[in-house]
Amino acid sequence: MDDFGAAFGDAFRLILAADPELLAIVGLSLRVSLTAVACAALIGLPLGALLAVYRFPGRGVVVVLLNALMGLPPVVAGLLIYLLLSRAGPLGELGLLFTPGAMVIAQTVLVTPIVAALTRQTVADLFAEYDEQLRSLAVPRASAIATLIWDGRYSLLTALLAGFGRAIAEVGAVIIVGGNINHVTRVMTTTIALETSKGNLGLALGLGVILLTLAVAVNAAVMGLSNVGAQSHGA
Amino acid sequence: MAPSAAAGSAPVPEIAAPRRAATAPPILPLAVRGLGYSADGASLVSDLNLDIADTRVHVLVGPNGAGKSLTLRLLHGLLAPTAGTIRWNGAPPDRRVRLRQAMVFQKPVLLRRSVLANLTYALRAHGVPRRERHQRARAVLDAAGLSAVAGRAARVLSGGEQQRLAVARAWAVHPEVLFLDEPTANLDPAATRMVEDMIAAIRDQGTAIVLATHDMGQARRLGEEVLFLHRGRLRERSDAAAFFAGPQSPAGRAYLAGRLLA
Repeated sequence: MDDFGAAFGDAFRLILAADPELLAIVGLSLRVSLTAVACAALIGLPLGALLAVYRFPGRGVVVVLLNALMGLPPVVAGLLIYLLLSRAGPLGELGLLFTPGAMVIAQTVLVTPIVAALTRQTVADLFAEYDEQLRSLAVPRASAIATLIWDGRYSLLTALLAGFGRAIAEVGAVIIVGGNINHVTRVMTTTIALETSKGNLGLALGLGVILLTLAVAVNAAVMGLSNVGAQSHGA
Repeated sequence: MAPSAAAGSAPVPEIAAPRRAATAPPILPLAVRGLGYSADGASLVSDLNLDIADTRVHVLVGPNGAGKSLTLRLLHGLLAPTAGTIRWNGAPPDRRVRLRQAMVFQKPVLLRRSVLANLTYALRAHGVPRRERHQRARAVLDAAGLSAVAGRAARVLSGGEQQRLAVARAWAVHPEVLFLDEPTANLDPAATRMVEDMIAAIRDQGTAIVLATHDMGQARRLGEEVLFLHRGRLRERSDAAAFFAGPQSPAGRAYLAGRLLA
């Protein structure tokens, strides 16, 4: 019990003192995960919207795959990216393995299916409502898709936040492709895993508190956004 | 051409009549030949022949399931017919033809944006230059009595305001033909009156109106020509006065007397 209390004490001291090492780790975590979410948005939003709007053979299979990929185990994703990026792999020449870039790629792979699948659902619902009106206005398909994405913006932001939640809390993929190298690829989750095994509970718990706070903040933001959407647009 | 019933109380907006490029011929007359639409083996519209050459208010009446909504969608090009042809001055109802028409649906489809943005969106889709959009949108909002809510989110308006906005949006693009599918089915009498006034004003500016309704009062108030549909077929076509004085077809008589259910 003393260890427990001491660990909490250390944790809050580190946070309150804005310990530079802790800040660096938190900063890298945010940078990697936010970049990954941005990449996932660039791929997942249009991909989900296209799946919602266009009918083509094999579309059902793609949708099932996408939904299944939402549950892709991070370690498996990490392993696949590792194989691609390792020296002998097809993308080995890029020299990305054990860099933040590799971690961004791994998290993008994890987050894109979430963004795409949630986008598909949101846009499909809107499309059912808007389709005739947009065709009556002779809106071209590409503009129609942009309209659907914009009008679904509150739900889609929620999807992006869900993706961010998955990215920031994930450990399996980034530890494999990043290698948890001090000051280079060490993020909150990998540090917690490492410091816990070393018995350095203060730093681990401090990071844990920050992660939990982020999780609460993300969920509060999701709820706030859907309320704003519901109140201002009935959506 | 008889003046429309509601024109007296219609708002008098500063809205230009439908603007046509000097070179573009009008999209009327409409010529429909042998039009049919079937789905899942059921024939929903069959052998429909129709010519519309004038810009009057043509009301499409008939019991539920007669094919009124379907006919509007076919004429507007939202659905492809399974038989027959539709020609707007020789052209099929493609995107170019639709750009010179507008349609208002029974349940207004409003974008999740402000009232004003709903209008400027439609104007942009119709290729109206940016500097002109705002001015035109404001003029139509005035006419629709919606100026006070221009900045509000469209989807939190009352049902009547939402439908007025939908009609205003159709008005703003200066259509040569305006389709309305039961535009007041969900509205109370006061809101219905306001929408009818707008329709009359649009008609007075030279737009041909094709209005589907099962509200016989509305058909009498607005209609100048009646197209009576029954079981997917055009059973009767007459001047409104003649139809309401005494339909020629037995089905028309039964419908007007309230004895025709489907």
